[in-house]
Amino acid sequence: MAYALQQLINGISLGMIYGLIAVGYTMVYGIIGMINFAHGDIFMIGAFLSLIFLLLVTAGGLDGAAAILLVLVLSMAFTALYGWTVERIAYRPLRGSFRLAPLISAIGMSIVLQNYVQVSQGARVKPMEPLVRGGITVMRDGDFAVQLSTMQMLIVAVTLSVLAVFTWLVTRTPLGRAMRACEQDRRMASLLGIDTDRTISITFVIGAALASVAGTMYLLRYGVIDFYIGFLVGVKAFTAAVLGGIGSLPGAVLGGLLIGLIETFWSAYFSVQYKDVAAFSILVLTLVLMPTGLLGRAEVEKV
Amino acid sequence: MVQRRQILGGAAALTALGMTGPVRRAAAQSGGIRIASVGPMTGQYAAFGAQLRAGAEQAVADLNAAGGVLGQQLALEIGDDACDPRQAVSVANQMASRQVKLIAGHFCSGSSIPASKVYLEEGVLQISPASTNPKFTDEGGWNTFRTCGRDDQQGIVAGQYIARTYGGKKVAILHDNSAYGKGLADETKKSLNAAGMTEALYAAYTPGERDYSALVSRLKSAGVDVIYVGGYHTEAGLILRQAKEQGMPVTLIGGDALVTNEFWQITGAAGEGTLMTFSSDPRKRPSAAEVVGRFRARNVDPEGYVLYTYAAVQIWAEAAKKANSTDPRKVSDALKAGGPWTCVLGSVSFDRKGDVTVPDYVFYVWKNGAYAEV
Repeated sequence: MAYALQQLINGISLGMIYGLIAVGYTMVYGIIGMINFAHGDIFMIGAFLSLIFLLLVTAGGLDGAAAILLVLVLSMAFTALYGWTVERIAYRPLRGSFRLAPLISAIGMSIVLQNYVQVSQGARVKPMEPLVRGGITVMRDGDFAVQLSTMQMLIVAVTLSVLAVFTWLVTRTPLGRAMRACEQDRRMASLLGIDTDRTISITFVIGAALASVAGTMYLLRYGVIDFYIGFLVGVKAFTAAVLGGIGSLPGAVLGGLLIGLIETFWSAYFSVQYKDVAAFSILVLTLVLMPTGLLGRAEVEKV
Repeated sequence: MVQRRQILGGAAALTALGMTGPVRRAAAQSGGIRIASVGPMTGQYAAFGAQLRAGAEQAVADLNAAGGVLGQQLALEIGDDACDPRQAVSVANQMASRQVKLIAGHFCSGSSIPASKVYLEEGVLQISPASTNPKFTDEGGWNTFRTCGRDDQQGIVAGQYIARTYGGKKVAILHDNSAYGKGLADETKKSLNAAGMTEALYAAYTPGERDYSALVSRLKSAGVDVIYVGGYHTEAGLILRQAKEQGMPVTLIGGDALVTNEFWQITGAAGEGTLMTFSSDPRKRPSAAEVVGRFRARNVDPEGYVLYTYAAVQIWAEAAKKANSTDPRKVSDALKAGGPWTCVLGSVSFDRKGDVTVPDYVFYVWKNGAYAEV
């Protein structure tokens, strides 16, 4: 029981990070029907910017919660700038071109970002000592103490509050209404006076900001980043988005949590080595039974 | 359309420039003897690649300053295998085609073993400063040597130490499925079992991941007191960090791959008390004093494998002088028959397989961000 609870805690804090990134995939897909393959690398950029700002902020004499908050905001702003630039350079010129063109351009962008960081920051891993320490013992079962670390609490708290803010943004504001209008019918939305280019840009900016939050959390939790982390995490988050139903915001979070939990519980009770096989098998199974994912709507082909 | 064509033209011109670069460099150096150091210059283990590079560069500079080998200057090439077996083979082919006489590398056993087959076919001598998997020299031909020890020697030391110090405690053995990691873990397990102890858990993990919390919880529920990791410092550091975060009072024991300051940068204070097997510090040997001084003057700390790489080049040069030839086959015979060779590591001789005859593994411990002999 205690063991399962500990693994549940592990799985949720891992899944939250996947969920945050998955939201970026799902939002972009929702609005322009394209998989943004560079999104994992935007997350990586977010982690690197967090590290740089963290060094600057701590050198400036700040520490504790204020430092983390400042780093979070700064790296969100700068990563959002990257998100905006990527859209501007790689996707907007290809809008209206054939369907595969932006997809290939996205893969190209992903390679560009990876190599850019590799060249500018070096290929070696960047380690960082644990910054957020401590935690509480949730329960005890004989010798086994279920530990909930401050970092894990922080991840859950930050993720939930950031998601709450962005859900409010999408469902309750004029900007959100414009985004949903573009999602349903871009041409009609533009006929009705919505600046679709601007709306799409903002979607990329929001996605990048969320990925940056995930990057900061990742850096603080694991403390080892390199230019390649975006790939594996990006693939997992993309899987989460598909599992939850691509295009659906709550689906992305649900998918992220599920992937995190499946990985964790598989390595808890079966083989540690085959956890990815388990996660992807369940993805395949879900897609066979529910082709639109768990919370996705069936796509109506618009004529 | 015009614009696009111009861009294409520009790209073609750039490619052409790039193509001529290496050719010109090769022509300029054709006078000397070419040797190479190959290791992970990029990627996760680039910290070790930098060690190999630093050692080889200093050795070549010192030899050249002393007049070169057999009257010829040495030219050093650096190859990058990123610790990837496939890339190692392609770099090996590339090096062989460039008529390299000596490879001071590779680093990872998983790269050294497949690359050594290429070097055997092409007749290139390979002295690894770091690949400790027994297969490297066991299966290697006349051309494989190493200046470091072997995992079976390392594993025996580790297994016996664990049995002696932690008798009655629960020990978990983990490895990353690489040639180095699994080899080391298996040798340690063998020697631990021979000493009458059975491990509580034996498992593999996937290298390159960051989240090992599920594995750590599993170790915690098994009540593990000691974790032996056959693997590299990034993963070992993360496992330890996450174990301490989950409140496990555990001791981590590893092999020679934890001998880098990056390990401590990952673990922070959680790394306190971590043990690892490594040769007694070559930096402190009297034979190394002068060379260490030269490294320090260049602001390089000759930690880890730096001096082993230096020694590989140095011993090769001595053997080439003795054989009066740089022909790899003749140098190989000289290496095995001649000796003991005086080098930065002290006095070294090789057995029939190409292993050093007196390996000396001792335990090191991490304390306050530095490691020292126990």
